Amino acid sequence: MSCALLLLLMSLALAMGTGAAVEIQRPRGVPLSKRQFYEENKPFTCLDGSSTIPFDRINDDYCDCRDGSDEPGTAACPNGSFHCTNAGFRPAFIPSSRINDGICDCCDTTDEYNSGATCQNTCREMGRKERESLQIMAEITKEGFMLKQQLIHEAKRGQEDKQGKLTELQGSKKGLEEKVEALRTVKETAEDPEKEAKERHLKSWEEQKELIRMEKDKTRMAEAFLELDDDADGYVSVAELQSHLELDPDSDGSLTETETQGLLGGADKVDTSTFETVWSGIKDKYLSEGLSDPPAPVETPQEEETRDFVSDPDSDHYPEDYAGEEEDVEDDEEDDHEEEEEEKVPPTVQTPEKRADDEVSMPPYDTETQSLIDAAQKARDDFDEAERALREVDDQMKNLEKEIGFDFGPSAEFAYLYSQCYELSTSEYIYRLCPFNRVSQKPKFGGSETNLGLWGQWAGPEDSLYSVMKYDHGQGCWQGPNRSTTVKLTCGKETVVTSTSEPSRCEYLMEFTTPAVCQEPASLDEVLQGHTEL
Amino acid sequence: MCLYLVLVLSVFLSIIQAVDRSNFKTCDQSAFCSRQRAMKPGQSSYRALLETLELSDSHLTVQLLNNNNKVLLLLELYRLQGNMTRVKINELKPVKPRYEVPDVLITDPPTELMSVVAQDEHRVVLSLGGEDWRLILSAQPFRLDIMEGPQVLLSLNSRGLLAFEQLRIQGEEAEEEVDQPGMWEETFKTHADTKPNGPSSISLDFSLPGVEHVYGIPEHADGLRLKNTDGGDPYRLYNLDVFQYELFNPMALYGAVPVLLSHNTHRTMGLFWLNAAETWVDVSSGQGSSEVPQTDVRWISESGIIDVFIMLGPRPNDVFTQYASLTGTQAFPPLSSLAYHQCRWNYNDQEDVSAVDQGFDEHDIPYDFIWLDIEHTDGKRYFTWDNNKFPQPKDMLQGLLDKRRKMVTIVDPHIKVDSSYKIHTEIRSRGYYIKNKDGGDYEGWCWPGNAGYPDFTNPEMRKWWASMFAYGQYEGSMENLYTWNDMNEPSVFNGPEVTMHKDALHGPWEHRDVHNLYGFYVQMATAEGQIQRSGGLERPFVLTRAFFAGSQRYGAVWTGDNAAEWGHLKMSIPMCLSLGLVGISFCGADVGGFFKTPSAELLVRWYQAGAYQPFFRAHAHLDTPRREPWLFGPDNTALIREAVRQRYTLLPYWYLQFYHAQRTGQPVMRPLWVEYPEDIATFSIDDEFLIALQPGEDDALAQTNSPPVSSGVTAYLPGNGEVWYDVHTFQRHDGAQNLSIPVTMSSIPVFQRGGSIICRKNRVRRSSSCMENDPYTLYVALDSQGNAEGELYIDDGHTFKHETDKQFIHRRLSFTANSLSSSDLSPDSQFPSASWVEQVNILGAQKPDAVTLTTTDGGESSVEFAFDPDTAVLTLRKPGMNAGVNWTLHLR
Repeated sequence: MSCALLLLLMSLALAMGTGAAVEIQRPRGVPLSKRQFYEENKPFTCLDGSSTIPFDRINDDYCDCRDGSDEPGTAACPNGSFHCTNAGFRPAFIPSSRINDGICDCCDTTDEYNSGATCQNTCREMGRKERESLQIMAEITKEGFMLKQQLIHEAKRGQEDKQGKLTELQGSKKGLEEKVEALRTVKETAEDPEKEAKERHLKSWEEQKELIRMEKDKTRMAEAFLELDDDADGYVSVAELQSHLELDPDSDGSLTETETQGLLGGADKVDTSTFETVWSGIKDKYLSEGLSDPPAPVETPQEEETRDFVSDPDSDHYPEDYAGEEEDVEDDEEDDHEEEEEEKVPPTVQTPEKRADDEVSMPPYDTETQSLIDAAQKARDDFDEAERALREVDDQMKNLEKEIGFDFGPSAEFAYLYSQCYELSTSEYIYRLCPFNRVSQKPKFGGSETNLGLWGQWAGPEDSLYSVMKYDHGQGCWQGPNRSTTVKLTCGKETVVTSTSEPSRCEYLMEFTTPAVCQEPASLDEVLQGHTEL
Repeated sequence: MCLYLVLVLSVFLSIIQAVDRSNFKTCDQSAFCSRQRAMKPGQSSYRALLETLELSDSHLTVQLLNNNNKVLLLLELYRLQGNMTRVKINELKPVKPRYEVPDVLITDPPTELMSVVAQDEHRVVLSLGGEDWRLILSAQPFRLDIMEGPQVLLSLNSRGLLAFEQLRIQGEEAEEEVDQPGMWEETFKTHADTKPNGPSSISLDFSLPGVEHVYGIPEHADGLRLKNTDGGDPYRLYNLDVFQYELFNPMALYGAVPVLLSHNTHRTMGLFWLNAAETWVDVSSGQGSSEVPQTDVRWISESGIIDVFIMLGPRPNDVFTQYASLTGTQAFPPLSSLAYHQCRWNYNDQEDVSAVDQGFDEHDIPYDFIWLDIEHTDGKRYFTWDNNKFPQPKDMLQGLLDKRRKMVTIVDPHIKVDSSYKIHTEIRSRGYYIKNKDGGDYEGWCWPGNAGYPDFTNPEMRKWWASMFAYGQYEGSMENLYTWNDMNEPSVFNGPEVTMHKDALHGPWEHRDVHNLYGFYVQMATAEGQIQRSGGLERPFVLTRAFFAGSQRYGAVWTGDNAAEWGHLKMSIPMCLSLGLVGISFCGADVGGFFKTPSAELLVRWYQAGAYQPFFRAHAHLDTPRREPWLFGPDNTALIREAVRQRYTLLPYWYLQFYHAQRTGQPVMRPLWVEYPEDIATFSIDDEFLIALQPGEDDALAQTNSPPVSSGVTAYLPGNGEVWYDVHTFQRHDGAQNLSIPVTMSSIPVFQRGGSIICRKNRVRRSSSCMENDPYTLYVALDSQGNAEGELYIDDGHTFKHETDKQFIHRRLSFTANSLSSSDLSPDSQFPSASWVEQVNILGAQKPDAVTLTTTDGGESSVEFAFDPDTAVLTLRKPGMNAGVNWTLHLR
């Protein structure tokens, strides 16, 4: 095949309509910038210097140069590169393997000069479209950039506001701290007399309760004595007591004479006064003969435990002051236990008796004590109020500091995205991007939300770090990694999620437009200029 | 000719998440296998009743009597053309017919006259042709011996393991036989097998004196040479969907070819056990009598009859020819299907397909096919598209067509039970589904949920299925859309051993009888559909996972769901070599490994290996990260690009090999011993291989795949007196030596055998179609006598016109006496080709004074050349003749 020289009619005018047609002679596929290396009818030295060949071996469809530079216009060299001028559009280099492969790659059709492929010259059309879209993009960029300035301005102001607020809060925090301390003293001062008065009251109530209890016990003892003293001789004898099997000390089911005697302090019978000491030893077990229902037939050790257990909550009183959340927790636990136990053992007959006992309530505080309590309560309320206010200020400050500390871009232009969320609805899911927070996915037709990642970091390439956001540590995938999302930011007037996809299992990709990434636009002329060779 | 591949890997055995073995039966858990295997070698209870012997022109029949239960069998012996013997044994009068495998043999094998040479009351001696080929039938105990002169080549029933469970009606007492558990019903895990026909298994033993090496009976993830199964499980042949299969294991896998090859330095033979039921094969090698090594083989099948073809060789290529004469040869694939395939479960949508397509162009890596797995469908309803993800399939296909590329979609044989799904309602209304034991449509769980399974054993069903591939039926399909049949073992997620219940019914036959044939029929019907849609013009391309003997006629096979592990990369070679030995040449493994995530190094090495295996497709599991070739950094992208490009330059060579495979039945990828049958050192090598034509012809390439951190590998270069040329450096090495090869990440050690000529197309383009008219570069590797030979085959690459209209070019290239010439091997065929010869490289050459080209028109011209004294390579610059004409280049 012979060397193909090409007369190129270069329209420099492009769409601007200026300029004149210029004829420039050079071998096929050579860019103008390298034209000087291909001097007509002079030996050609491969661009890597590896060898020198006659001029007619350029583009002769045989690869002579290791770097492929002798065949810019044929597919002969594996590493060659073909230049399409693409007048009306953008010039381009394509691998020389795409020359005459039956596929139109260059819009000016110059790559398919011998393949039989019918290619249409689409450069003008593409140029027009590109200019249009460049124009649109330029407008978007321009407007977006203006919006961005606004965003920067707002962010700056917002930042200042926040800084100011923070300073303000720092001031009020100091005042609040002092107030809390002052109120703490007031509270403590009021609580001492309150405590004393309450203790006094409680003590006198305890004493009174003890009296009542003793009275009751005496009455029970007297009743028991009368009950036991079957023969009404004023003595309780061994025989009379022996019928009360529940008193059996070794619980072997029989109450022997000796055992009974032991209960009676070694005597055969006791009178009322001696019975007092005997009573104290048996009253816990003693069952009145008058009760119609028989007791649990045999007291098993299990029942003993149970009874102890059941009585636990009653015996374990919490101080009023600590009655709070903790109590609920404890209650729950005990309820559980009780339930478990109740399944095994029916409640004993004694329980109602004890409850009745408890129902005797403490008498109201006297006026003096009550006023001390009221005073202390007020001091406590005031203190709590002040502390709450301080906490609130602390929280506000923390949030502000967090926000101020966030990397919202070089000029904080992304600050406006903070605490916002943007949604995109697809055929199956609603995707939700909450910048600097999280990405999630919710099925449209029922089903729970899936966390696709929490804010990680800016993850663009070095020269445009702020063009990509990375959200990771989302919900785990079966046999796979935790879900993560890459958010690609492009310039747009609107702030909107434009697409989502899952290129790899559980790795999501989201496209997001925002004015915050709009670059300062070059003038349209410059844009077009940059894409033409001349 | 051979393309010679050495693969040496350090096996980094990481924690291997192995198969759940408990899902699959051992022989002990299979009632018939354990029953049969309990029978030990000894005196056979069978006696040949010589008085019943009848000899016709085509065959001999004689009755066999089981002395224990007096049941009579009928033995049929055939002498087949091409040095084969067929032995058939069935019940003389079965209570109902026993299954005989149809459709696998391409024809009723032509017979040859058999004559009785001698006969007495103990034996009959038959002539098998030639002077000294004899078949001796001994009466008591019954046994057959095939002799060459005084030498026994092979014996049947010499260990007395012939067993034939005669069909009975349940409840009727069988003489001298006691019903054992598992005969009339069997339960595995929660699955009951009702066995209404009762026990029906068969078994037979073969002894091979003088044989130590046996091969074949794929598919198993095991070495090339079959191991002794004494003390372990036999090799199992039962098509199964095995999740995360284990290496070096006789467990059954997706496909089954019941063909075993035996080989020693002077003879290669084959045994073809034509039975489609579950089959177990015991192999036992050891010393026979008088210190002669011997291998005993025993086949056990669950039902059917004994129908065995004994292929007597004697050379490896003779056995391949013999087997091909029975089951046919490898279908000649479209040229593009030999190029690179990009697959993944799944390419998500049209945009994804377009982006991946674009990615290949951006990174200047060629590819021909992009694949869509199950997610492309509307809810796993095959022949449909997901409306949201693939709303415009034709636009997508047109986009690919514009780049001269193609697509494959998956079409599996499980059909979603859904009354609004046309395919289902049609199959149901036509009664084409497989039935369960109670007569209703069999249903099982697979990808779509509840699914029916079409009865592909029914020719009417296959015809209907084929018609579904018509462009008008398969909406959104176009001529560049091809098909992938997966899950066709068949896979039934909730079935016994993840497959179909054996008591399911295919018309009168149980699934038990036809199981291993199912996948074969699925691919057959699919390939037929593709041919029909083009009016019989275009060659089909169908990939299948399940296969049987004869599947080579319908397309390609891959080794199923492997894993991204070095061991699996290494295993891809013996697995494909084993398939090649039994006729299935178009084989490959998922490049990169299906399960798990390959390291960049493993992925690169797998591309380098896959580029030199017949079917070259990358594939990945849904849950693995993306792994398109450009995602691992520019260095790895460059390495992968280079491996794929090497594949593309060799496409003319691959195409030629497949042309030959179709014509001759010789394997494309072959073990070293096939080419060097007398070199014992090659008998167990399965990390190197040849890509080759007939022995005696020439080219060879070897590949060594190096392990991580290794700086070199050792490869055995076979052939005493032969020379080998490194295809990258042209360095010359002597044969019959272990060669240390230094390797780097870019090394793919491949060697061309001295004496061969390989034609390449060095202008690698976007896809193989784009290279259609490109020129050839010839690599003439001189042997020690300074000669070389090769061939070139050219046709349109995709139609049947090479067959129907003789439109092809087939040329012999030969270098002798300092002249390289091209002559026509098929003068009555013609094909217009624009391709020409752009360069000739003569390896091992001397510097000539002048080179001239003579063409048929008498023209003579001088050809420019360059000689590199360091490598002894003579390069002829642009001789420029058309590839389809006669020419001679003279070196003076």
